[in-house]
Amino acid sequence: MNDNIYLLSIIAVMTVATFATRAFPFVALKGKGGHPLMDYIGRYMPPAVMTILVLYSMKNVDIFNAPFGANEFIALGITTAVHLWKENSLLSIFSATAFYMAALQYGLFA
Amino acid sequence: MNTQTTKYAFEASLPVMFGYVPLGMAFGVLFQDLGYGWYFATMMGIFVFAGAAQFMAVGLLAAHAGLLEVAVSTLVLNSRHMFFGLSLLTRYHAVGLKKFYLIFGLTDETYSLITASHPPPGEDEQNYYFYLTALNHFYWVVGCTLGALLGASVEFDSRGMDFALTALFMVLLIEQWKKIKNPTPFIIAFGCAVGAMWFFPDKMLLVAIALSTAILFGLKPVVDKNK
Repeated sequence: MNDNIYLLSIIAVMTVATFATRAFPFVALKGKGGHPLMDYIGRYMPPAVMTILVLYSMKNVDIFNAPFGANEFIALGITTAVHLWKENSLLSIFSATAFYMAALQYGLFA
Repeated sequence: MNTQTTKYAFEASLPVMFGYVPLGMAFGVLFQDLGYGWYFATMMGIFVFAGAAQFMAVGLLAAHAGLLEVAVSTLVLNSRHMFFGLSLLTRYHAVGLKKFYLIFGLTDETYSLITASHPPPGEDEQNYYFYLTALNHFYWVVGCTLGALLGASVEFDSRGMDFALTALFMVLLIEQWKKIKNPTPFIIAFGCAVGAMWFFPDKMLLVAIALSTAILFGLKPVVDKNK
């Protein structure tokens, strides 16, 4: 099989498969928007997903060996503190990211 | 096009730009190592628009995996997205092509922004969701393209820049806390995430999200009472 045709078919298959997972509930539960159960899950699932995503994005941090994830935990602490203080999302995110990049690249806690 | 709504969406999406551009570039760099033209990386960014799946694809392409294997792996890896839609049934009431695009572009980050932020008062929220999705999509495509074009010659040290996405999730978690003021969903999710990380490290996201959704449904009477 020609290599470009192989790649194009892979891209096509992935496009369809990805869209299918995203569209599934909208198709399977068509017209159920506004149902009390869907409103309930619409309200309480985002906080659950956000908790999971924070932990997921920290999953490669090694908390059992030095530096015990110090860079990551300090950066998360900065985000939280700045956000509670200034309530400005961009500022909270950029200050923590700037700290994290510097800590990582200059080996603050290596 | 509404400038006020666009401006709001742009500001809300900026953290995603700082996450998607370096991540997309990382994908592009790996992809061009396979020997395909750079524009195929652009194409994948445009049509597939799924970070984890695209990284997985690099490995599958290198191994010359079959179409069926790629289809099944993509479905399994992205099955968490099914749960996202479940909680957006009420929120996404746009129709036609706009709704099609909103569903197409439903990444982890787009989902997070959409469920936590609001358009300026009086503006149409469906339009706002549309701009957010389109901006995130754009950042991702730019990242994939740049990475594939520049390849290994990238000089800028962007290590750690993708922490912007972790910080974004953290900020949105705080926003959710302010909005919900009910610890139950957070505690359920924390327990599920830690458990899933321990027992199913490779399927952590899917297991944690599916399990929390099931528990949330089961505990509806309890959670409702604590409102």
